[in-house]
Formats: sequence, structure tokens, C-alpha cells
Amino acid sequence: MYSAFCNLGWISRVQVNHPAVLRRAEQIQTRRTVKKDWQAAWLLKAVTCIDLTTLSGDDTESNIHRLCFKAKNPIRLDLLEKLHMDDAGITTGAVCVYSARVKDTVKALKQSGCNIPVASVATGFPAGQTPVKTRLEEIKLAVEDGAAEIDIVISRNLALTGQWEALYQEIRLCRETCGHAHMKTILGTGELGSLTNVYKASLVAMMAGSDFIKTSTGKESVNATYPVALVMVRAIRDFYWKTGIKAHVNTRTEALLFRIGASTLLGDIERQIYHHVSGRYAAYHDLPMA
Amino acid sequence: MAASTGAERPTVKDIFNSMQYGPAPEAANIAQAWLDSHERSFGHFIDGKWLKPEGRQTYTTKNPATGESLASTIQGNEEDVEVAVAAAQKAFETWSKLPCHVRARYLYSIARTVQKHQRLLSVVESMDNGKPIRESRDCDVPLVVRHFYHHAGWAQLRDTEMNGWKPLGVVAAIVPWNFPLMLLTWKICPALAMGNTVVLKPATYTRLSALLLAEICAEAGLPPGVFNVVTGNGAFGEKLAVHPGVDKVAFTGSTEVGRTLRKATAGTGKKLSLELGGKSPFIVFDTADLDSAVEGLVDAIWFNQGQVCSAGSRLLMQESIAEVLIHKLKQRLSHMRLGDSLDKAIDVGALVDESQKKTITEFVEEARAEGAGVFQAPGPIPNKGLFYPPTLITGVDTTSRCVREEIFGPVLVAMAFRTAKEAIALGNNTPYGLAASVWTENVPLALEVALSIKAGTVWVNGHNLFDAAAGFGGYKESGFGRDGGKEGLYEYVRPSWESRPHPNAEDVTYKTFALTYGADVPPVPKCNSITPSVIRQEDTEVPSIDRTYKLYYGGAQKRPDGMYSRPIYGPNKDLVAYVADGNRKDVRNAVEAAHKAAPGWGKRAAHNRAQIVYYMAENLELRRDEVAQRLSVLTGNSKERALKEVDLSIQRLFYWGAYCDKYGGTVQETLLYGATVLIREPMGVVGIACPDESPLLSFVSLFAPAIVRGNAVIVIPSEKYPLPALDFYQVFDTSDLPGGVVNILTGGRDHLAKYLVEHQDVQSMWYFGSAQGSKFVEWSSAENCKRTWVNYGLSRDWEDAQQGAGEEFLYQATQCKNIWIPMGEIFAN
Repeated sequence: MYSAFCNLGWISRVQVNHPAVLRRAEQIQTRRTVKKDWQAAWLLKAVTCIDLTTLSGDDTESNIHRLCFKAKNPIRLDLLEKLHMDDAGITTGAVCVYSARVKDTVKALKQSGCNIPVASVATGFPAGQTPVKTRLEEIKLAVEDGAAEIDIVISRNLALTGQWEALYQEIRLCRETCGHAHMKTILGTGELGSLTNVYKASLVAMMAGSDFIKTSTGKESVNATYPVALVMVRAIRDFYWKTGIKAHVNTRTEALLFRIGASTLLGDIERQIYHHVSGRYAAYHDLPMA
Repeated sequence: MAASTGAERPTVKDIFNSMQYGPAPEAANIAQAWLDSHERSFGHFIDGKWLKPEGRQTYTTKNPATGESLASTIQGNEEDVEVAVAAAQKAFETWSKLPCHVRARYLYSIARTVQKHQRLLSVVESMDNGKPIRESRDCDVPLVVRHFYHHAGWAQLRDTEMNGWKPLGVVAAIVPWNFPLMLLTWKICPALAMGNTVVLKPATYTRLSALLLAEICAEAGLPPGVFNVVTGNGAFGEKLAVHPGVDKVAFTGSTEVGRTLRKATAGTGKKLSLELGGKSPFIVFDTADLDSAVEGLVDAIWFNQGQVCSAGSRLLMQESIAEVLIHKLKQRLSHMRLGDSLDKAIDVGALVDESQKKTITEFVEEARAEGAGVFQAPGPIPNKGLFYPPTLITGVDTTSRCVREEIFGPVLVAMAFRTAKEAIALGNNTPYGLAASVWTENVPLALEVALSIKAGTVWVNGHNLFDAAAGFGGYKESGFGRDGGKEGLYEYVRPSWESRPHPNAEDVTYKTFALTYGADVPPVPKCNSITPSVIRQEDTEVPSIDRTYKLYYGGAQKRPDGMYSRPIYGPNKDLVAYVADGNRKDVRNAVEAAHKAAPGWGKRAAHNRAQIVYYMAENLELRRDEVAQRLSVLTGNSKERALKEVDLSIQRLFYWGAYCDKYGGTVQETLLYGATVLIREPMGVVGIACPDESPLLSFVSLFAPAIVRGNAVIVIPSEKYPLPALDFYQVFDTSDLPGGVVNILTGGRDHLAKYLVEHQDVQSMWYFGSAQGSKFVEWSSAENCKRTWVNYGLSRDWEDAQQGAGEEFLYQATQCKNIWIPMGEIFAN
């Protein structure tokens, strides 16, 4: 089930105090910590939330093949065995690629024996400055090629000019085009101008039926930051309280919330796990590259 | 969440599935080693060395989170006070004479040395007090360091920035247990920077960090005797405070103990500053970011287990958002974690002592019995140690004890309001005035509320932000004096011309002091004692029209309630006139009138106030000869001298008129990204008892600075020579001064002063009279922690620019409010 309503009154009442959000974002990082086994367990959980991603002009079948195998085996098996987690089915959350590479990805994942979803960015990623018609066509093709998750980008121009209803309509069209695929809506927060706009865009995206809301494409000058993630999580919580519908947050590069679009993060996590198990810090060559 | 009871260790898989938190302990081994190096037994730290006199009782300090005994400390006695004060006095001789730059180097060195030992200090503090290590590590100790650096700067700049002021001598600092290290730093930094020496008494429960700091200061090279630490119980603290060698008592703690200290030091000539309790409002408007407000509440009332004098303990919510806010708040509470103070992943640690837990429990149970809604954080509570869950009380109102009294624990009470006006009224409906916060995205609203709340600190969209560059301290029964900022330095200096008063006030019988009036100068009509005034009309002499000097309040002359008159005698004991003999009810009426006028006067444009004061000068000059003539007849001084006094009075009106729009405040350079604005607000209604010396000039010198800074005043003119002040009635009336800004009550100085100082709604009392009267005023002010300024029976040279119109007058006429206004919206494109 997904939402389909546009409550402009709610959107107009949104208030976000930027300095207070920064204060809280700073505090979150000092109020909680996990150590030892708890750290290992939380890191493994983080692995399962990663959208292992490659979004480059030079992506070809071979590096996507490697990425998919890494998605299936994100942490070295012997390390998982030591933690008695080898039977826990630890994989990344998804593999994320450009729509033209969906076919390669579906194939490679199948080869690796892994049934995690393929996520495809679409709708004129990363800027979203292509006509709606081609954006929708892109979604359609990606779904046809086997993408189970579609990462759309919103039209930042609509958010910046306060055309929330138009934005809602646009996301609704994407939603309908996604069909059975999950829709993950990338807000491009670094291009929204204010945290208030981030909050409003989050609400609109959820009202229009997004399964996930994501911070950023990784291509903006400012991408996932703690304060932005905090604002989005608060929007999700409010939305849930009001509607009973749970959306998810997905951030790129830094934060550790539900889905993480940071592929370099996986390397850091695997090294931490290595240290937890062995007591020694790993060299890069000790761990299989993605 | 099976593992939270700690019964069995969960596997990685358990944790992976449950996403539970685990223990994250801060290592205590180095702190334990420090305690061991002292064989877990401490004495006083006096004159640069440890002193453990024989035969003292001991006090074992404990870790409230575990019950573990940490170390044994001693309970000092009078002899120890003697030794410590003597050491501080001796050290003062050299310390106060050092060049500013040298003192600055010492303070800088302490800052550096504290930084080197900051983790040790944090761990010791958390172990001794029970506060979360996150707080001691991220809040308390960084603020300590910041205070030393900031005040190293003030030490360097003292002669430039505090020109005209000098150190006091020996400062007795008495500090509480909630922020043992941080609050002592707030006292000793300005004290040392201004050239004083210090004897510190930490609170009974929490002595270790003070003792450790003493060692650190010694390591930093601070000369022996400059900073001494003595330990003992509350009575021992009072002994320290009343020691004649102590020149100033700086206290932070409960309002009750503050009152005791005010009484104990009354009439001794010691300076006193009190930073006391609070019941600070946390005001949330419908235009607020509610999620941020909820986090603000976590900082406001669940910081340090709510054991914070500025805790935002009264939540005032606009009715339209109350339900949503309470819902969010309960959600937030359900994620709070309680635990060992050395666990790095807890929100709430242990209370300092069993007695605290008992008081808090009583408050909450009383509210529950009253029918209140009590919501407590549902998370697990450790089964040993002094823990109390974060608590939210709803369904109570202004009459409930938990709403009126300071609980000093993690207990929030919530109430609704309808409009901004009502929010301000509720916010101010408390005897306290330490702090407040206002939550809204509406800037005009935020600023108006910030200015209207009577409290020393107001945070906009934040709570419990502190910095060395902004003074912290209270209005009303939250005390007087400021810790931090330039405004805090004045608590540790006196005007350069003044020496420490050692008044001999003897015993004052407080109960009967100045209780009656009139009998000492009986207004008994006598034949021929007064030569009737006549005027010639053509060829005949007719009696001149009688002039009756009435009281003056609310902008009109009023007959005294008692309908008695008081004879005023000239230099040859001849009766010159009768004036009204005021009493208690006249005080009551005058205070009413002053309060009616004060808000409007305080808000009036400063330019406008200046115009009125200049106009007064103009109108006084028109009466120059007449006033001088009367002054001369009354005092027996030459006409020339009387004229000089009138001219100086005109000058002084000009001087203070000039200050109408030049002392409003400044921007404080705190660590905040935004503006921290110091506003020097009027005290409100100030009672002023004038001396007999220079009766006109002293009268003008006292009322003028008070009114230019926006106060309304009730002035008791010179008891002996009141007439020149009464000539001012017409000056006031013709100068467009709004009625009630200046009110004049003639009569017995002490009798009227008694009722002014006893009036709960007089914000400050200035008394220039006898040593006994001064003692009485200070003693009696304790009741509502009123600010006082008394002369201890000593006269000053009113003609002198420093003595008669120094910066001291501005300091006394204002109270400092710091408004914190965080800024920021831009984060990317």
C-alpha cells in the first residue's frame, strides 16, 4: 500500500529551525555509541542497508559483475564465521546502477546466486532536468529490464519555487509508472536551499507514494549530511504518525539510516569487522575489492 | 531486548536481530590511580600544599551510580578557616600587585594545564557526581577550559577595561554539587583575573574535582595561597563566609542557603553575589519547530538529571500545538537511556544523593495524588545506584506545588497558554528569574518574549547554552550578580577610591528596628518657635500663604496616610518647616504608583527619557537662586557653596541625561553562531534612601542614574534636609516626567527604608544612612533576595566625579540579561 494524497495545509505549516537541527545532529553523534560485539552487529546491519552502487560513465559488464559478487559477499566469509554470522545471509541491500546497466546487473546477480534487488536510477538522474515524458519512459524501460527499485530524482525547480502540488503530481506519475517496483525518491537536498524545503519535499514525496526517500544523488556539491538525514527522518516519523504509513530513508555517502548509498563505506565496515575479529588493522589488499 | 537486564551476554546474532545497545564504558583506571596516589584520603589544599590537621571528622565521598566509596575527605573547622584565610590574605599582598600581564600568564597556564588533564577531570567529575561522562566530557570541562582562557584575557586587560576599579581581597567561593568543577571555575576565574585570592569550599557531596583542580593549578605554577580549597559541611561554609578576613562571598546554590548567607554577612561590608534557584519557563509557540523543541527539552530538563539551576522545568505550550507536542515528547522519553555515569551511551545518570531522590519522589507523588498525569521514561532502570526516570507531569496548574517550586530533578511540568501575552504572564508568574527559552520561527515574537521575560538569560530556540563571554545569573529570587562576561567582573572589584568598609553596626534588633516613626522628632507645636512668614502688601504686613510639603507619588502631591508632620530644623535648631511624615501605607501607595509607571518608562525611547532629564536641568536652572537660597538657610552653608551644589546638580542631570541612550548593552563574543546580546535592563522599582550630606546633590546623583536607565524610584530624601528635594516636585511637574517615575516620601529614613526593603515588589534598595540601617537593609533583603546597595554608615564626597557619578551607579541601576539568538539557514546551494 502506498499513499496518494496531497495535504498542502500540512506542508505550509512545516517549521524547521536550522541551528537547532545542527545542534541535535551534533549531539546524536555523542549520545550513542556501540562497542565490541555490539559494534560488530550494528556494522553488519549497516552492510545489509547498503545500496552498493556504481554510477559512472565507464561502467561496463565486468566492473558490474565484480560489484554484484561483492554485494553477495560483502564481508569475508571467514570473518563472518568467527562471528557466527556466516548463516545470517549478510548481503548488501541492493545493487544500484544506471538504467542502461540494469540488464548486466540482473544477469550478474543471477550468476552470483543472489536475489537482492537491482535498483536503477532514472528520471534524468542526477539533475532531473529532462522532459517528464522521457523520464517516465526511462522508468518504464528500467522496470522492463528487471529493476525492482527505481531511484527517481525530483524536479528541484518545483521545490525551489514552492510548486508543491505540481511536484506531487510529477512524483505521482512516476509512482504509477513504477508499477510493482519500489520507488525511491531522491530529493537532491543539497539543491533545495533550506532544511524547511527538505522537510516539505520529504512530505510531498511520501504523500505521492514513495517507498523510500533519499537525500541526494551523490553528484550535488553537498550530499548526505547528518542534519539533512535528521530532518528527513523526522518527516518520515511525522508522516507515519499521521497516516500509519512507513516510508524509509535512504542517504548517500555518510549516514547510517536504513539504506545507505555509499559504496566506499562497505570497505570501511569490512576493515572494522576484520579488526574486531583479529585485533589487527587490515591492509587494503587483505579484503576483496568491489 | 533480552540483554538489557545484563543477565547473559547476547551473541552478535542476537544483537543483529534486536538492534539493542550494549555497555560502552569509559575507563576509570587513571582516575582510580589518581585516587590511589592520594591513598584515597584528602585534606585541605592551602597555601600550595596539602594540609590534613589531626582530629577532624571525615566524609567519605561516593559514586552515586554504584555506591562505591571513592575517597575520604575531611570536615574542616574554624581553625582551618583561619589558616586558609590567612594564606589567602598573605598571597593577596603579592598577587594583587602583579602586573596584569603576569596574572594573565598564570591563568593561561592553568587553562593549558587543565586541557592536558581534561579527561581525568571529566572521569573524576562523573564518578563523584553521577553525571553522564558525555556531559562532563563535552560540556562541563570544555567550559572550564574556556573560562580560564577567556579570563586570562580579562586579567591581561584589567587595567584598560576595568580602569577605576580595584580588587577586593580574599574571596570565599561556595559552590554546589550539580556542576562541581564548572561552577567553581565561574567564581575563581574572574576573582583571580581581577587580582583577588580565593578560598573555595566545594559542596559536601562533590569535593574531588575541586581538590584535583587545586593540584592542577599548583602544577600550572599558580603561587601558593592564591587558590585554596577547604572542605567541610554547610556550617563550615558559613564560618568561612563570616570570617572577617573574607572580603567577598560568591555563592551558587539554593535560594534557602543564599538567604542564610545574606543574613550572615549583613552589615559586614563584604560584597556578596548569589546565583540561586530557578523554575525557568520553556515557551513553545505554534510557530515553533516542534521536533527541535522536543530536543531542546531534553537539553533543558534532562541535562544533568535536571539538577540544573537554569533547567527549563516549566513547559508552556500554545494550546493549539499542546497535544502534538506532548505526543512527541512522550515518544522521545521512551528512547531515553539511564545508566552508569561512565557509560558513554546514556542520556541520564545518577542523582547526587539519596536525599535528592527522596525530594523528587515526594514532588512527583504529590502531583500524582493531586490527579496529575505522570509519564515516566519507560526504559530500564539500573537496580543499584540513585536513579530516577525522566518524568513529564501534565494536568497540573499554577497552584500546584510542582509548578511553583524548584524540584531540581528530571521532572518537567507542562501547561498550556493561549496568547503571547498570556505566555509571558505565566512565564513571569514565579518568584524566580534565572532563565527562559522561547521557541518560535517568528522573529518579532521571539524578541518581544525574550525582552518581556524577567530572567537573566533567555535562549531563542535553544536551552542551556553557556559561554564564558556571557554572564549568567538571576533576576528576582534567583539572586544577583553575574558569572561570566565583562558584567561578571564587577562582582570582584570595588571602585578604586573606596576601601573595604569595616562598619561597626553592633547588634541590630531586626524585629523592632525603625518600627515606629515620629516620636524621635516630636512635631509638638510650640509658641514662638517659628517666625511667621509675612509679605508686605502696600503698607500692611500679611501672613504669606502657607506652604505645605506633602508627599509626592503618582505624579501628584499627597497627604501622608498618618496625617503627621515632621519638623525640619535649621542650623540653629530653629524650626524651618514641617514635612509630611510618611509611613508603611505611604510606601505601599508609592510602590503601586511606581509599578504603574515603570513598564512604560522602561520601554520609552531612550532619546525621549534624555529629553526629559535635560528639561529637568533646564527647569532646575530657572530656580537656581531660589533653591540655593533655601539650601543655604537649611544647612547654614554659604550662598556661594549652595549655588555650587545647585550647579553641580544641574551638571549631573546633564551627565546622566547623556547616559540615557548609551548603556543599553553590547554584543557578547560567545561561541554561538549567531548573536548573544547583552541587554542592561532596568531593575524595575528602586527604593532610594538619600544621605544627609550634600542633600540636593546626593538626591540628584542617586535618582538620576536610576531613572535614566528606565527604573521608577521611590526616594526618601535626606531626613535632616529634605526641602531641596521637595523643590523638585515642581521641576518634575514642569519637565514632562510621567507621574510615578519619581516618587518622594519624606519622613524617618530608616522607618521608610524598612518598609521599602520589606516590600516584595521593590526590586532593589539603595540605602545611604547609618551602619545599623545598612545592616538592617541587607539582612531584611534576604527574604526575597533583593539587590541592595548600602553605605555602611560611611559618607562619600558627592562632588567628586568618581564617588558621586562613577560607573558604579550604572552598574547598580541595571541588571544584565543575555539573549542568545542562534542563526543559520544556509547549508548548501
